[in-house]
Amino acid sequence: MSVAVDFADLIAIALFIYGLHELNSPATARRGNRLAMGGMAIALVGIIVQTGGAGWPSVVIGIAIGGVVGIYAALKVKMTAMPQMVALYNGAGGGAAALISTVRYFTAAPAANIDAIVAVSLVLSAIIGAISFSGSIIAFLKLQEVMTGRPVTYPGQQIVNGIVLIAILGLGIWFVATLGVLPNWAFPILLLAALLLGVFFTLPIGGADMPVVISLLNSFTGVAVAITGFEINSTLLIICGALVGASGTILTVAMSRAMNRPLTNVLFGAFGSAGGSEPAAGSGGPQQIRATSADDVAVMLAYASKVIFVPGYGMAVAQAQHSVKALADQLEKRGVKVLYAIHPVAGRMPGHMNVLLAEANVPYNQLLDMEDVNTEFPTADVALVIGANDVTNPAARTVTSSPIYGMPILDVDKANNVVVLKRSMRSGFAGIENPLYELPNTSMLFGDAKASVDALTAAVKAL
Amino acid sequence: MLLLAVFVGFEVISKVPTTLHTPLMSATNAIHGIVLAGAIVIVAALAGVTHGPLLTTLAVAAVTLGAINVFGGFAVTERMLQMFRRKGDGK
Repeated sequence: MSVAVDFADLIAIALFIYGLHELNSPATARRGNRLAMGGMAIALVGIIVQTGGAGWPSVVIGIAIGGVVGIYAALKVKMTAMPQMVALYNGAGGGAAALISTVRYFTAAPAANIDAIVAVSLVLSAIIGAISFSGSIIAFLKLQEVMTGRPVTYPGQQIVNGIVLIAILGLGIWFVATLGVLPNWAFPILLLAALLLGVFFTLPIGGADMPVVISLLNSFTGVAVAITGFEINSTLLIICGALVGASGTILTVAMSRAMNRPLTNVLFGAFGSAGGSEPAAGSGGPQQIRATSADDVAVMLAYASKVIFVPGYGMAVAQAQHSVKALADQLEKRGVKVLYAIHPVAGRMPGHMNVLLAEANVPYNQLLDMEDVNTEFPTADVALVIGANDVTNPAARTVTSSPIYGMPILDVDKANNVVVLKRSMRSGFAGIENPLYELPNTSMLFGDAKASVDALTAAVKAL
Repeated sequence: MLLLAVFVGFEVISKVPTTLHTPLMSATNAIHGIVLAGAIVIVAALAGVTHGPLLTTLAVAAVTLGAINVFGGFAVTERMLQMFRRKGDGK
């Protein structure tokens, strides 16, 4: 039987890898996900056969509750809330890894038969799993706007973090050195300290950096799962966990690179400690801005030959993607060339804008990546910024004191006219002033993104 | 084997276009839901020893969280990808 189970694991792993490979292309992506689901089903049946159904009531209860909750939430959640759902599910995985270590330890502790490999993996998977669990929950709360999205800092923060880290290291080393022969309070305290570290680690990170953090926590959970595999001697967990740990790391690095900031900078401080929002572009006082009306903008758009839409989180919040597509259709009917500029970190997740625009049936060939679209702006008549802010901020090019200095941006300011749709003059999620709004070729159209776009569509139609 | 998995992880991901980054992250998230298998193993191990209700509760919680990760992860990914299918050019 064990050969059959090994074979099932092998097939499952092959399906995971092939499934991820199929996610390379929009045409095969769904099949990729189905293949991975099939792999998961095979792996789970294999593991149930292997355990002979021992302790089945716990398994049935857990899967019933978890399955219903997981699927229900996934189907009910709004498209804009997808990123925080991924964070939550990721946290669940990390929590599971930490709990497995806990149960594994207290099952083995009375007999004191823990060897060195198990001791090391117990401690590591508990620590990393717990950090991923609490960190993901903080990421969820920030994105759900239950708590502030701004970086949370306070005096002595680094010292507190240092103390927690030292406590974790101390307890961890003590655990490994004694092979788990410790007072009963030690392991729960270790878990608690790791949970605290997850919270402290995520709190000071805000705004534009949240996608990087979710990706990083995703890879953390992968690593925790791989280490759990060593702890319970499961090749399946080791390989799958390592696969996710590696892919998550690649994704995290790709995202930091898109922002032109080293990962350490994202994690340890630039946004948190750079002194907040210094007014950029040398204007001491309130920003000099020009407000405009939907009718004026409609004329500008209708008689343009090339218009570039620059969607951002504001479009996602207002669920304006269908309205945006409707406006694009109107303009194209009049012979206007419409393109979409997609910044790698626009929205709250990489690809966030692509997903929303795909939902509205925007053709792929109109979605341009940053490198491709930046050559288009100088010849564009209008750049219509729909709820994007930080990714269009020219301060990133010139103002060395700006927290986002060096981040590649969309060169919307090079377009002949810039129209910014925005709810208010509040600064973006990252809390930085945007000098784009003061440029002579920029005008502002205030209001909810969906309402503004709908008004524009109606005005264009009426022309 | 571990190194091979790490290498494959790097290799598979580095080819994915930005468009699919969100579904991809979601899919890898679902795959680490394999931790559910670990939870099932630990429940089985627990069945073989005498223990109190606290450990049982923790083990059930581990299975529950693992199941949320697996089922929720795949369901969210599926929902994201459904939107790609409805696009106009028929692919």
